[in-house]
Amino acid sequence: MSGVDDSRTPLLKVSNLHAETGGVQILKGVDISINQGEIHAIMGRNGSGKTTTANVIMGHPDFEVSQGKVELEGENLLALEPWERAREGVFLSFQYPQSIPGLQVGNFLRKSVASVRGEEAAKGADFRKSLEEAMETISIPRSFLSRYVNDGFSGGEKKRFEILQLLLLKPKLAILDETDSGLDIDGIKTVATGVNEAVRGTGSGALIITHYSRILEHVKPDKVHVLINGKIVKSGGPGLANELEDHGYEGLE
Amino acid sequence: MESNEEARQAVGEYKAGWHDSENSTIRFDFGLSEEVVREISKLKDEPEWMTNLRVKAYHHFVDRPMPTWGNTPMLDSIDFDRICYYLRSSKATEKDWEDVPDEIRNTFDRLGIPEAEQKWLSGVTAQYESEAVYHSIREDLQEQGVIFLDMDSGLREYPEIVKKWFCSVVPLTDNKFSALNTAVWSGGSFIYVPKGVHVEMPVQAYFRINAKNMGQFERTLIIADEGSSIHYVEGCTAPTYSTDSLHSAVVELVALPGSHIRYSTIQNWSANVYNLVTKRGIAHKNSKIEWVDGNIGSKLTMKYPAVILKGEGAHAEVISVAYSGEGQHQDAGAKIHHLASNTTSKILSKSISKNGGRGSYRGIVNVSPKAENCKLNVVCDALILDGESRSDTYPTMEVSNPTAHCEHEASVSKVSDEQIFYLMSRGHSEEEALAMVVNGFFEPFTRELPMEYAVELNQLMALEMEGSIG
Repeated sequence: MSGVDDSRTPLLKVSNLHAETGGVQILKGVDISINQGEIHAIMGRNGSGKTTTANVIMGHPDFEVSQGKVELEGENLLALEPWERAREGVFLSFQYPQSIPGLQVGNFLRKSVASVRGEEAAKGADFRKSLEEAMETISIPRSFLSRYVNDGFSGGEKKRFEILQLLLLKPKLAILDETDSGLDIDGIKTVATGVNEAVRGTGSGALIITHYSRILEHVKPDKVHVLINGKIVKSGGPGLANELEDHGYEGLE
Repeated sequence: MESNEEARQAVGEYKAGWHDSENSTIRFDFGLSEEVVREISKLKDEPEWMTNLRVKAYHHFVDRPMPTWGNTPMLDSIDFDRICYYLRSSKATEKDWEDVPDEIRNTFDRLGIPEAEQKWLSGVTAQYESEAVYHSIREDLQEQGVIFLDMDSGLREYPEIVKKWFCSVVPLTDNKFSALNTAVWSGGSFIYVPKGVHVEMPVQAYFRINAKNMGQFERTLIIADEGSSIHYVEGCTAPTYSTDSLHSAVVELVALPGSHIRYSTIQNWSANVYNLVTKRGIAHKNSKIEWVDGNIGSKLTMKYPAVILKGEGAHAEVISVAYSGEGQHQDAGAKIHHLASNTTSKILSKSISKNGGRGSYRGIVNVSPKAENCKLNVVCDALILDGESRSDTYPTMEVSNPTAHCEHEASVSKVSDEQIFYLMSRGHSEEEALAMVVNGFFEPFTRELPMEYAVELNQLMALEMEGSIG
């Protein structure tokens, strides 16, 4: 359960990952290994490559991987299209979720569940029940379903909607890119509740990208990594987050 | 079979014998002349006033120069001498699909018309080339006095009504192509809804061009009497040929006081069809006319559904979408004339262009000096899918009364890579993602359509998006 059995294939293994965009090298050798049931955090300043790490794992077409590997349960993710990665069980909660005017939330959720988890999961009473439960968990009203995807959503609504998708798509690996930023303490607690429900006790894993240690008080990470200038410079236990909060990144640069 | 028998008895006019081979075809030679016009009228055994009207319209068509606006190079490339102006493939307009010649019936079967009719329509007319080949209306509507006929039968059976309203909304001299239609019209629908009758389920017309170099000139006239309502839906398709066909229809709507006409079109002509159509309605006191107009196909479409708000309190809506792909130009829009006080109008135009296609919104809204307290709202949104495609907006507002309340919004947007990536990260392929954005863009339009059409339109758009990812 706690993933200490090192003989197993890790859920996610990122090794020596180098990535660039527009001729600029952004990731310069990232290594992360997450076992089933674990939650890891990546902390770092703006521009350190946190979002790029998330995007490259998900397969954003703007980034080119020049070196290194990304494997999900031993499978080479880099050979897959983004939608194939999603179907394999990778989920990204976006820092800036995109609005799709005219696409209704309810319709979008059903289609996405069908794509990721199969038609059966998106059908009938079971789907409706899981949808209602998930919406209750993160306090989203029913009226949400007839709105358009992220269209006119407040910052907090966008983040909660990402977590709603996380709960419904039931990924093996959830990557949360600054899902806590811009949220008040209640918002952070709600997001944390969702993440804990999605990961803890399910055998899934999560990678939480954040500036702040606040969310990590509610979603206890098994490991914390510090990313500076495209490289993981330090990894440690949950205590590392507090150290960074207190002392900043100076000593690590 | 039972229901067919019932239908025959209900209409009481079953003409036996059409199962036999007699599939006589009449095909006119290419080209147009006064003689051709007179021949069409003679063939239809029309009253003299109609023959004279046709001939007058023909001369107006010949004298009238080609429009000097819109896509003039495309317009100028129409070869009027290489078009067949009349073609009859079936001997009669049948009331039973069983009696429609096999080949033609198969075509409509494949288009799903008989199936849709059984499920959710009040009546259907199916036109193949120049003539309606099938026509039926639900018994209960007929009992309530609703007239739904193809236009030729309408003229034969109700000449006084036709004479009163024909060309009353779109006059003979309106434009070159409406004059052409008036000269050589054939087929189309004639509808009269009596006072206070509400036709709950839509009636549908389906137009099919099958022959090469064909000209289809249907003529539709809908009169909604006081306090009545009707929803008319039309669809159309044609095979793809390397040579061009011409579709030039005229539609006239008369909404008498307190009535409501909704006219929905899904135009899906093949990319070798010129679609030059004049659609206009007159809205009397407290009536409502809505044009719901989807243009997906054709080579060049020039169509600006219009409403003349003649009576106080009348309301007009034109909701349209246009999709322009490779080699296509959709020049579409709306025209609304506020002639009376307290009239309101709303125009929503959405266009998508892709693969070098060109979409244009062309609209006029005007308020006459005497019309007090009018409200008008115009929204045009364009979505451009790549760098080679084009979108233009030509909006005109002429407001001659200071009490009018006007709103106008226009936007041009592109599908962003970030939107596509977001959707792909939710398990949707790149093409599915693009179709989701496009269907979302069209949603304000599709939600106005009957569900079956909305689904069809979304599928149609998904097909158009296939192979569009470079």
